[in-house]
Amino acid sequence: MGLGTTPAAPHLASKDDVLTTRLDHLMDILRQGTVNWARRNSLWPMPFATACCGIELMATGASRYDIARFGAEAMRFTPRQCDLMIVAGRVAIKMMPVLQRIYLQMTEPKWVISMGACACTGGVFDNYAVVQGVDQFMPVDVYVPGCPPRPETLLEGVMAIQRIVDNDGIRPSRERGGGRGLRLAVTAPAVPVQLGLPGEN
Amino acid sequence: MDWLNVDNVLAALAERFAAVEFQPAPLMRLKDASRQQTCIRVPADQLIAVMRFLHDDERCRFDQLADLTCVDYLNFPDAADRYGVTYMLLSTRIGHRLWAKCFVNDPAPEVPSVTGIWKGAEWLEREVWDMFGVKFAGHGDLRRILTWEGFEAHPLRKDYPLRGRGERENYERIERESA
Repeated sequence: MGLGTTPAAPHLASKDDVLTTRLDHLMDILRQGTVNWARRNSLWPMPFATACCGIELMATGASRYDIARFGAEAMRFTPRQCDLMIVAGRVAIKMMPVLQRIYLQMTEPKWVISMGACACTGGVFDNYAVVQGVDQFMPVDVYVPGCPPRPETLLEGVMAIQRIVDNDGIRPSRERGGGRGLRLAVTAPAVPVQLGLPGEN
Repeated sequence: MDWLNVDNVLAALAERFAAVEFQPAPLMRLKDASRQQTCIRVPADQLIAVMRFLHDDERCRFDQLADLTCVDYLNFPDAADRYGVTYMLLSTRIGHRLWAKCFVNDPAPEVPSVTGIWKGAEWLEREVWDMFGVKFAGHGDLRRILTWEGFEAHPLRKDYPLRGRGERENYERIERESA
């Protein structure tokens, strides 16, 4: 059975495959069950609050709504420590390069919430100086509607990010190919390991 | 409200600049005439001399430039000139106020800068340049102050469309892959 086709029952293909497939499932549990779980429950938001949505964002972080219930209470004002950007409020064209720079500086993997009518569409500010939706110029994962959104709505947005992390973070074993990549690494012909720079022997 | 009375100032101006028509008029129509403020017109070539006089003379003593802005009179009824650069003067010693307007026209509207008299005029003149495109001769640092670098237009002109001329759409886009 060639590696290019998907075997009907991969764990029965040969004795070696039983081992590799089981190993991949173990990796699956470790990677999907723990890495995604850890990422989902420890989001570090970068509050890019430029307008009244920022007030609701603060309310979400405060004791009454308590974003800590979702593990996202550690808001940092440096993008290097964050993986969830919350764009709260209208963004002027003059502010757009700042926003893009901060997004580029955030560590991978990263997600973006566009919070409120202004960040999603420009809102009522339909004029020459305001960006008509930040998704025109940068990736956005979740749009939170409202003007401004209530804290419950923002929490729903955070929960949507958690679902995205679960589904798209590290894919399960059967979507990765059922251990075929691992099997390739195990059964690949031995290549002599070359040390030093090429042509230096 | 006696402190709003600027008759002394107008007399001093008429005495010093006999050749200039200042056309003093009430700023707006009010029921209570004692609350009325006065507005004068100053020609651009006399602006610096008049402003220096208003700042220095004992009867005027306008030591504070409360505001400097501009009005675009395009399609305004009975308006002869297009841009009215407006100076709002306040005397913190005497207490009286005076408005002065200096009218300029297309193309290349330009008035002399008053930063040599009131240093606080620097950013105000930059804002008028940014929003209306009126140049201030003698301003040391006439850059845009509100809009971004590379912006071409002057958006508070009445013939500028509210949604711009495509400036807000033409911008660098960041994809998920490039991040």
